[in-house]
Amino acid sequence: MTCHSCSADKESNQKGKRRLKIALAGNANVGKSVIFNHLTGLHQHIGNWPGKTVEKVEGTLQFKGYTIDIVDLPGIYSLSTYSLEEVISRKYIAIERPDVVINVVDASVLERNLFFTLQLMELETPMIIALNQMDIAKSKGIHVDIEKMEQLLGVPVVPTIAVKGVGIDKLLEKTIEIIEKTPEKKPAEVRYGEEIEEKISLLMDALKDVELIYPRRYVAIKLLEGDEEIEREIKRVAPQIAAKAKKLAAEIEKLHGHGCSTVITSERYEAAGCIARAVQTLVPPIKPTLGERLHSFTTHKVTGYLTMIFSLLLIFYGIFTFGDLTSGLLSDLLYGLEPLFRGAFGAGIAGKLVWGGVMEGLIAGIVIVLPYIIPFYFILYFLENSGYLSRIAFLMDNIMHKMGLHGKAFIPIMLGFGCNVPACLGCRIMETQREKLLAAFVTTLVPCAATTVIILGLVGDYLGVHWALALYLFNFLIIFLLGRGAFKVVPGEPTALIMEMHDYRWPHMKTILKQTWFRVAEFIKIAFPLIIVGSFVLKLAEVAGLLESIATVLSPVTVAWLGLPAITGVTLIFGVLRKELALVMLAALLGATNFAQVLTPVQMVVFTLVVMFYIPCVATIAALVKEFGWKKALTITLFEIAFAVFLGGVAFRLLTLFL
Amino acid sequence: MPRRNIEDYLKAIYDLSKNGQAVSTTEIAQALRIAPASVTEMLKKLANKGYITHSLYHGTTLTNEGQRLAEKIARKHRLLERFLHDVLRIDKEKVHSQACEMEHSLSDEAEESLCRFLKHPDRCPDDGKMIPPCNLQIESCAKCIQLHEEGLEEAGKHNQKLVAISNLKEGQCGKIAFIRGGRNIVQRLLDMGLTPGAKICVVRVAPLGGPVELAVRNSKLALGKGVSSKIFVEIESPTAD
Repeated sequence: MTCHSCSADKESNQKGKRRLKIALAGNANVGKSVIFNHLTGLHQHIGNWPGKTVEKVEGTLQFKGYTIDIVDLPGIYSLSTYSLEEVISRKYIAIERPDVVINVVDASVLERNLFFTLQLMELETPMIIALNQMDIAKSKGIHVDIEKMEQLLGVPVVPTIAVKGVGIDKLLEKTIEIIEKTPEKKPAEVRYGEEIEEKISLLMDALKDVELIYPRRYVAIKLLEGDEEIEREIKRVAPQIAAKAKKLAAEIEKLHGHGCSTVITSERYEAAGCIARAVQTLVPPIKPTLGERLHSFTTHKVTGYLTMIFSLLLIFYGIFTFGDLTSGLLSDLLYGLEPLFRGAFGAGIAGKLVWGGVMEGLIAGIVIVLPYIIPFYFILYFLENSGYLSRIAFLMDNIMHKMGLHGKAFIPIMLGFGCNVPACLGCRIMETQREKLLAAFVTTLVPCAATTVIILGLVGDYLGVHWALALYLFNFLIIFLLGRGAFKVVPGEPTALIMEMHDYRWPHMKTILKQTWFRVAEFIKIAFPLIIVGSFVLKLAEVAGLLESIATVLSPVTVAWLGLPAITGVTLIFGVLRKELALVMLAALLGATNFAQVLTPVQMVVFTLVVMFYIPCVATIAALVKEFGWKKALTITLFEIAFAVFLGGVAFRLLTLFL
Repeated sequence: MPRRNIEDYLKAIYDLSKNGQAVSTTEIAQALRIAPASVTEMLKKLANKGYITHSLYHGTTLTNEGQRLAEKIARKHRLLERFLHDVLRIDKEKVHSQACEMEHSLSDEAEESLCRFLKHPDRCPDDGKMIPPCNLQIESCAKCIQLHEEGLEEAGKHNQKLVAISNLKEGQCGKIAFIRGGRNIVQRLLDMGLTPGAKICVVRVAPLGGPVELAVRNSKLALGKGVSSKIFVEIESPTAD
């Protein structure tokens, strides 16, 4: 192939301080990120692929005098063009030409994984296989003949158990070996049926003089499969070949009675199955494994739901207790610094701005991030890596579907009860941009811990628990209705749930901790500046004596439409920073801790209702901006303000009739 | 016995029976609004013709031939309902009786054209029932349109009894015959190993119309109802608990 002599290869082959490029590729949930973590340690960088919303995880590593850049490609099942992830991976391998692709293969699900391996081989990239999860395969009674596998595929195979660090060093050594001396053995070629091979050679002949970024045989096969991207490319440079491919594909279809892409995919799967059967011996254990029993238990229509509710409550309780405690402690600790600052900056305007603006914003950030977001991320990754997340998605798919989302969306929504911020960021587990947005919109409506403080502290304390409960139920109803509405309004098709249910396993703690750490760091970078600036601006307004005028400006809404005291306008603005501030400020500004003296029951309900929906807090807005950009974040924010005001006004009028 | 009568009976039995369960004479009588005595009479005639098996105590089930005819007529009925509702904008409440009149006179050719014209609908408008798969040997809708351009005669005919995965029970297995849907979704399912001819077993069915969990190629897949109702299989071994 002519492409092999391109300049990038030459550069990297020169002596001296050498830089290598390695890519990790494989199915989702095969332990790719664990291997990546073993290889790179803390030298990682998470960003996006240029111009895409797909995450790009990179890292570097020093080994035997080499500086190695490693890219963890997204977990995918195929190299067709079903998703952006697939297109990105394919293009990366073909255009960036990494020195070696490490294909991580799950030994316990060999057939499906080899289907992907065969496609990598068709890209004719130098590669090595990390045959991972050997321990799980063993527990399922699967034994893999490594030598035979190497022989059949023509690719080196290194068995690994990534979660225990087994085989990682050997994998790295073998990888370097491939780069240092090009192996004599070429990867085997996937052979299709006679009638297909014949057409492939015809097309390869026709493509002889066309310059291609992909290998010629690969292009020929993909043309027959009707691959959109490659077809478009060929149509541009050589339309007659594209037309010829169409004709040849039609011939295959006539012969088989199935579409050409179906025929080729089937044959590729057959080839994968054939190799899998040849290299593995299966002695299924007589008793079902613990993982299998756990699986049946957690997906059962009774025990499954009970387990789910129980574990969610436990998680919830755990995080809330931990969060409340740490948040309180941290806040005491940090406010303990106040005299120090006051001393340093004086009690004048400067002091007020530095402490009340900058520092209070910082404190707000810290007491939200550390106690709530860290454990939430940790548990999210624990659930994801252990496999329980997919069981929850399985059980909740039906209900989520009513909102046009599928089962996975339940996870961010659940997170939202603790804090909307990780919930919004957690929406990236959804497949399409549309679903990410819909899920994020729904999560911003979920009452978070701070909202709960208001619901319980105001309505719960003064009107009784049944009122608080009623407000919660009403909130769920609104979530459901607005979710459904958004699903109808936002253009696009709902994607159905197609999800692999991989076996249960004990996750690799270090990987989870690192994933958690990188996420938290990422969040701090976006949210903290916004929170601090927001807090500073508010303080500035206060110092400048603008609060009164703000209350007056807002009074048509707060007093006339919502029936609340004028001063609540100010508290609502502070609530943007942190929702529980709305209550704290209310006490401070009204000069009363007994709210029954200053608010009527109707006002309490209306106030709480408005706070529940009126705006995502600054940190949540920051998360929205990060995930979806300013425009969408603002649209959601403005909609929620308008909606809450509308709802509050209607509630005020209705409730006055009854209360 | 007029053909139209036969078709009405077969369709009623088809609609009433779920997963091949037997249907009682009373149920049929109620559905067709005919006296039970006349229904019994008619069922005997149908059994003689080989469309159904009928016994007094076990009720009525369709034979393969009966099933084929019933599916055909149900398909025509439901396609007509879609046409009347979507194109002619006739009220949901009225389309059923109108379609009942028209289904008997619709030719197979018209049925195929109607299916193409309506862009291969999945469900009927009034009660959301699945439209039975067409009996042409083609694995997706995109294919049907394409084949039509090249002449439909090329495609062979299905003869096995086909069932959507969403209609299988836990423990039932089958071989994939074809997948209905657009190119993207079909490719995605193929990539996950759901290729024609592949064997699947239903491991779990989530309650209340939730997703199904399949065992395929030594791995487990969860499929939402929307997709599982688009994949049709030939049942291999019925109910193995």
